[in-house]
Amino acid sequence: MLSFTKIKILFIYLILILTIFLASLNLKNNDIIDKKINLGLDLQGGSYILLEIDTKPLISQKIQTKVIPIKKLLNKSKINFKNFIIASDYISITIEKEKHNIFKNLFFKQQENTVNNFISEYNKFQLDLEFIQNKAIIKFSDFGIISLNNAALKQSIEIIRRRIDDVGTKEPTILQRGDKRILVELPGIDNPERVKELLGKTAQLTFRLASKDDGFGSEKLIISESGEELTVNKRVVISGDNLVDAQPQFDNQSNQPIVLFTLDRLGAQKFGRITNENVGRRLAIVLDNYVISAPQIREAITGGTGTISGGFTFQEATDLALLLRSGALPAPINIVEERTVGPDLGKDSIDAGIFSLMVGFILVIIFMFIKYKIFGLVSNISLIANLIMMIGILTILEATLTLPGIAGIILTVGMAVDSNVLIYERIREELKTEKSIIHAFDTGYNKAKITVIDANVTTLIAAAILFIFGSGPVKGFAVTLGIGIITTLFSAYFIARHLTSIIVLNDKEGKYFKL
Amino acid sequence: MDSKINFSMFFNVANILSLIAVIVSILFLFFKGLNYGVDFKGGTLLEIRIDNKNIQIQDIRASLNMPELGDVNVKQFGEEGDFLIKFEKNANENKKFINNLKNTISKKISSAVNFRRVETVGPKVSSELLKQGITAIALALSAMLFYIWIRFEWQFSLGAIAALIHDVIITLGIFSILSFEVNLSIVAAVLTIVGYSMNDTVVIFDRIRENLLKYSKLKTNEITDISVNETLSRTIITSLTTLLALFSIFILGGEILKGFSFAMILGVIIGTYSSIYVASPVLNYFKVTQKTLLKDDDL
Repeated sequence: MLSFTKIKILFIYLILILTIFLASLNLKNNDIIDKKINLGLDLQGGSYILLEIDTKPLISQKIQTKVIPIKKLLNKSKINFKNFIIASDYISITIEKEKHNIFKNLFFKQQENTVNNFISEYNKFQLDLEFIQNKAIIKFSDFGIISLNNAALKQSIEIIRRRIDDVGTKEPTILQRGDKRILVELPGIDNPERVKELLGKTAQLTFRLASKDDGFGSEKLIISESGEELTVNKRVVISGDNLVDAQPQFDNQSNQPIVLFTLDRLGAQKFGRITNENVGRRLAIVLDNYVISAPQIREAITGGTGTISGGFTFQEATDLALLLRSGALPAPINIVEERTVGPDLGKDSIDAGIFSLMVGFILVIIFMFIKYKIFGLVSNISLIANLIMMIGILTILEATLTLPGIAGIILTVGMAVDSNVLIYERIREELKTEKSIIHAFDTGYNKAKITVIDANVTTLIAAAILFIFGSGPVKGFAVTLGIGIITTLFSAYFIARHLTSIIVLNDKEGKYFKL
Repeated sequence: MDSKINFSMFFNVANILSLIAVIVSILFLFFKGLNYGVDFKGGTLLEIRIDNKNIQIQDIRASLNMPELGDVNVKQFGEEGDFLIKFEKNANENKKFINNLKNTISKKISSAVNFRRVETVGPKVSSELLKQGITAIALALSAMLFYIWIRFEWQFSLGAIAALIHDVIITLGIFSILSFEVNLSIVAAVLTIVGYSMNDTVVIFDRIRENLLKYSKLKTNEITDISVNETLSRTIITSLTTLLALFSIFILGGEILKGFSFAMILGVIIGTYSSIYVASPVLNYFKVTQKTLLKDDDL
C-alpha cells in the first residue's frame, strides 16, 4: 500500500500543479482565465442592504382599483346595492339576500371576468368573497396577495437595478429573497447614505392642480422646501408614468439647479390641454405626498417638456432626475437590515487576518517539526500544499472570502495536521509490535483511514449546516472550512503518504524511525 | 509518551463536576440570559474612529445623550480612538439618521469622526436570525447523532450527543457569566465546536470499538482507559495545534474575530475534556462490551 503506481503519482502532482496554477491567478490580472477569489463586503468595504416591501399600501391601492369594475358589474347585472365601503384591505357592499348567488356566480366566473382575475398559475381567484348577513365582503385571497407581492417585487427589483446602475457602483448584486425581500450588495461604495436614500424612495411623482377650497376632492400637503401647507386636488393631471426622461440642469436665468423632464406623447397632449385650460392657477408637483414646488401656470405648455425647480442643490437635482428616470416603486420599501463596512476597516481586517494566518501557520509548522522531525517536515509540506490547494479551489469556485473565512483557513491549518498526527501516532504504535518497518507504515495508514474519515465527516456536516443557515460572512467561513476538509484529506492521504513512502522505502538503515 | 493514566477512576468526580458546570450554566442562561448583539436583538451598531486621541469614552457617552436612541452602550474597541457604540434605535427608520448622528457626535466632541462600520438590524430580521441560529445548532446536533448512530451503536451515539450538549451549554454558560456578546459569528463558532468535539469523540470511539473487538475479557472501563490512553498523545497534539492557530487569531486577528476565537478556544478545551470525561463514561453506564458490537453485526 505504501507504493504508488506511476500513474497515481502523476495524477496527484498534476492536481497539485493545477491548483498551484489556479492559486497563482490571484496574484495578477490576466485576461485568459478571469477567475479570482472575491473579497467579501467585510474585507473590501461596502454595503449589504436587505429591503422589505411594505405590502399594506399596495393592497389598499390595488383594492381601490377594484371599485369601478365592481360597481360596473353590479349596475350591469341590475343588482341593487348600498353602503359601498372601501376600507384599507377590503370592500364591503350591502346587497339584498336574494341576489347573493347571482353576484357570487358573476364574481367567480372564469372567463372574461373584469373584476376577479383567475390566476391560472395557482388555479385560484385573485379575490375572495364572503357574505356576512346581507353584506358582501371582498378582499384579496392569499394567492392574490402572493401574486401581487411577486409582481411588485419583480418590478421593484427592476427599478432598484436601474437606480443603482445610474449611481454607477461597481458589480452590484440585487437578488430576490423570499416573497417580500430584496437583497442588495454594493461592494466598495463611497457614500452608502446617498444610495440608501435613493433605494428607499418610492418616487411617486404627480402633477396636480392647487385647489381653492378644502372640499372632498382635495387634500392638504406640505411643501417640502418651506414647510407650509398647500391644498391640492386629489385628481392627478399626469404622473411619473408619463415621463420618458429627466435630466438635471442649471436654469438659464436664475442659475439654480433644476430638473428638465420630457413627457411621452399622451402625457404631452394632456399636459398641454390642462395647462391651457388653467392658466393662472398653481400646478403642484408632488413627490411621495410632499409638494416639491407649485409654480403658477403662465401659459400652456405644449412642447411636452417642462422643468421642476425647488431650491435644489445640484446633487439633489441629480438624484431627483435619477429617481424620475428609474420610475416609481409599486410599494414603499423599508430597509430591514444593513451592514456597511468602510474600506479602511476592511483593509485593517485583511491585514490582521492574513497576519494571524501567517503566525498560526508558522507556529504549527514549528511545532510539527519539533515533534515529528523529518515526518513533521513531510506533514508541513503537505500542509503548505493543503493551503495552496484551498486557495486554488476557492479561486475556481470564485468563492467569496470573508473575515470569518480567513478564520476558517487558520482553523483548517490547526486541524489539518490532525490527519497526519492520527496516522503517525498509529504508525508509532504499530512500530512497537511490528518488525517490518514498511509493514508498520502500511498498517498504520490503513488502520487510521477509517478514523480520519469519520473525524472529518463530522466537521463537514457542521460546515454544510453553516453554509445552509449562515448568511454573508458566516457563509464564507463554512465555505473555507468545508473546502479545507477536502484538501486536508487529499494532502494527508496522497501527498504526505507519497512523501512518507519515499523516505521509508529509501531508508534501509531505519535511522528516521524515531517517531 | 506511553501513558497509562487511570481515567476511569476519575469518571465519577468528573461527571459530578460536569453536571455542576452544566447546571450552573443553565441557571445563568435562564436567569441572567445571554448578551445578544444587534444581530439577535435588533438595533444599531457603530464602529467609529476618532482622529483626536484625547477623546475619552465618557465624552462619547455624553455626546450620545439622546433619549430617542434608547439604551446606549459604548466601549473601547481595539486601538485608542476606536469605539463601538450600540443602541436600540433602528437607524434605518429615518434615512438621514446616520449622517445626522455623525454630524452631532463630531460637533459635540469637536473632532472628525469616521464611521468604520454600521450595522442595523430590524426587529423582525433579528428574531428570524435568532431562530435560524437555534435551528442550525439543533440540526447540527441531530445530524451528528444520526451519523454516529449509523457508524457505531446507539450507546455511542448517546455518549457523543451528551458530550456535545455538555460543550454547547457550558460554552454558552460562560458567555452568559462573562456577559460576552453573542452574535452570528458566535453561532458559527458553536457549530464549529460541535464539529471539533465530535471529531475528538469519534477518534476515541473508533479506538474503543477496535479494542472491544480485540480484548473480549476486559471490562468496559478498562477498555475505555486503554483506548483513551492510546489516543491521548494524538488528542493533546491536535488540541495544541488547533489552539496555536486559535490563539493567533484571538491575539492578532483584530477585534471583530475576538469573540469568535474566544468561543472556539473555550470549545476546544471543553470539547477535548468532554470526549474523555463525558462521552466515554456513557459507554460505561451502558456496559458496552464486545457482545454489544457483535450482536448488531449478526442482525
